[in-house]
Amino acid sequence: MNQETNYARKDSRMMMKDINQKLPDFKVNSERIARRVKLNNFLKHVFSMSTLFAIIVLAVLLYRIGADSLGWLNLGFLSRNLSIFPEKAGIYGAIIGSVYLMLIVIPVTTILGVSTAIYLEEYAAKGKVQDFIKINISNLASVPSVIFGLLGLTVFGRILNLGSSILAGGLTMSLLVLPIVVVASQEAIRAVPGFLREASYAMGADKWTTVRKVVLPVALPGILTGSILAMSRAIGETAPLVVLGIPTLILKIPSTIMDDFTALPIQIYYWTLDTVLTPEYANLAAATIVVLLVVLFVMNSAAIIIRNKFQKRF
Amino acid sequence: MTNGISKNENIVYDVKGLNLWYGEDQALKDINLEIEKNKVTAIIGPSGCGKSTFIKTMNRMIENIPIVRTTGKILYHGQDIFDKSVRVEELRTKVGMVFQKPNPFPKSIFENVVYGPRIHGIKDKALLMEIAETSLKSAALWDEVKDRLNDNAYGLSGGQQQRLCIARCLAVQPDVILMDEPTSALDPIATFKIEELIDSLKKDYTISIVTHSMQQAARISDKTAFFLMGELIEFDKTSVIFSNPADKRTEDYITGRFG
Repeated sequence: MNQETNYARKDSRMMMKDINQKLPDFKVNSERIARRVKLNNFLKHVFSMSTLFAIIVLAVLLYRIGADSLGWLNLGFLSRNLSIFPEKAGIYGAIIGSVYLMLIVIPVTTILGVSTAIYLEEYAAKGKVQDFIKINISNLASVPSVIFGLLGLTVFGRILNLGSSILAGGLTMSLLVLPIVVVASQEAIRAVPGFLREASYAMGADKWTTVRKVVLPVALPGILTGSILAMSRAIGETAPLVVLGIPTLILKIPSTIMDDFTALPIQIYYWTLDTVLTPEYANLAAATIVVLLVVLFVMNSAAIIIRNKFQKRF
Repeated sequence: MTNGISKNENIVYDVKGLNLWYGEDQALKDINLEIEKNKVTAIIGPSGCGKSTFIKTMNRMIENIPIVRTTGKILYHGQDIFDKSVRVEELRTKVGMVFQKPNPFPKSIFENVVYGPRIHGIKDKALLMEIAETSLKSAALWDEVKDRLNDNAYGLSGGQQQRLCIARCLAVQPDVILMDEPTSALDPIATFKIEELIDSLKKDYTISIVTHSMQQAARISDKTAFFLMGELIEFDKTSVIFSNPADKRTEDYITGRFG
């Protein structure tokens, strides 16, 4: 096709007459500029002091805990079980309890949470009802954990008669962090560019195929990051377990999910309560806090590393 | 799709009285148009004239926007694509699409090309490799990527990415290829390569292309449809549209008086 292609371009002269118009005059006020520079300097100090304050508080906290735990935190402490005698006490049972708890929370929240997010983002018809559900899931994420504890006590502890078992604790914790996983997964799924879905649909893919082969692989780092942060919340939460009525002294290492158990934050809580009678319990609590902080630090670092490594730009 | 209403074997698409609304706004008004086999049909018109909407209706991608409503018929080989018995997934394996912005998946070049065959159930490695090679050759990309099929597709240049998208589309073995301004995000050299490619593809495929560039329409198409404000103003051989248009508005547009 050898067509004559020299067609006239758009007539640009029409726009030219607007360009040479004059701006209205205004004076630059140098006093005003000086004031604003001053304000800027002042605010800079306010901001840096706020940051410094947070860092100092954190440092004091870490120092006191570190100092208290000194001499108490050792391999024996990690591998011994609970005891009423401080020098014989260890947190092996609490570590196992926390691990069991995670073994329930991780599958329950990821399966339910990611499925919910897929439904809300990919399948549900966009509209008022869906917006209402979304807002309420976000609200659930900020409901105090003690309320989830009460719910767990009623539903899992009493109605389903699971008592204060690992299963009851795990399911309660799952409810607590489920909204976080849903919201994080929704955000990750929403961040997958629409043009990737379009490409898949245009080749005759159905919705689930598109979700499985295109959306989820791209959203996975975001989902993982959110899930890990949710798990680190679950591992540190105390209130729901206290409400469930975890016994103070568990001498048996749990072996099934129907057993009673104790977990790291619970142990910190109970030891702290009893420091009046047995001052050494404060050292045990401090040592446990250090262990918990290390676990949380590792998990949060993993989340950040995943986020930075797999961040994709389009 | 064996409803013998179509009298002419050469008519791939027969659009009859197509209307389309976005909510209350009518975007397409009573469109009647036939698309012929193994021809390149260009769709031109100013921004907002409905040309993209129209091409996205032909494979029903437009239905991803929930507020869209249509009336009228689009017969594809005699079968109305809006009929309840037609599955969009099946229609889209026959009618491929290339988009305005290259949109490869964040996967390897190979995985991009075999995405379609894979989702349609082909698992045999050797067969997938053959499909990938043939499709990439047809899309004039094979020589540039044959040594790095396992590299991420986002390492390719924009023009290469768009040819990869064309290869990916060809791998499903479509009958029609719809292109929605496929070169608007590309530089002149990449554009030239895509245009050459379109010319070589038309012996095996029916192509419909939306373009902003009238020069492009004039260079590559056999027939041209001019859309304005949701209406099909004129549809004729490209040579007629660009030398002797019947409608004053067509003439004003192609001579650059508006748009």
